[in-house]
Amino acid sequence: MRRQFNSALQNESIDRSSKKKKFCRFKKSGIKYIDYKDPSFLKQFINDQGKILPRRITGTSAKYQKKVAQAVKRARHLALLPYTTDNN
Amino acid sequence: MNKNYETVFIINPVLSEKQVEDTVKKYKKILDTGKVKTVCDESLGFKELAYPINNKNSGFFHLFQYETEKIDFVKKLETELKRDRSILRYISVSLCKDALEYNARRAKGEFNKKKK
Repeated sequence: MRRQFNSALQNESIDRSSKKKKFCRFKKSGIKYIDYKDPSFLKQFINDQGKILPRRITGTSAKYQKKVAQAVKRARHLALLPYTTDNN
Repeated sequence: MNKNYETVFIINPVLSEKQVEDTVKKYKKILDTGKVKTVCDESLGFKELAYPINNKNSGFFHLFQYETEKIDFVKKLETELKRDRSILRYISVSLCKDALEYNARRAKGEFNKKKK
């Protein structure tokens, strides 16, 4: 009786093979410098609120995440990107 | 060793075209008198701002790239920009090797095709 109960509670195994592996787009396409004067490109790395997206979502490598962050911050200073967007 | 710097500034949109040209000329003169090698002098055009600065919602963007030995020149240029009332914002950046390569390609117009 107890055994049956246990087997019913057991989780199904997750098929991870269909999950795509993330990759760093800068390493893949050979981009070395991220221009802060190009807001349309940098918009890929911010969310609706204007926050910088974390590495775990974009898949950017640590080296380039630093450069992305720097470029976004410079673009914000020049008012090419917003610091915040109010949805109120 | 000479180092490359880049300065972008935003000019007040209230000014007429001639006044904008004059302000750009003024900074060109500073570049000329400062014994620096001007690599790039480009107008980035009239752009909307992402947020208002001094109650202005747009501005004329201008880009200078120059080569100089002394950091003092950059400081001098920045104080001039700071004093100028017709300048809304400015940023000065020293350029690394990769950035130089990128700017050289951008000057040729390799990237503009993709963007627009």
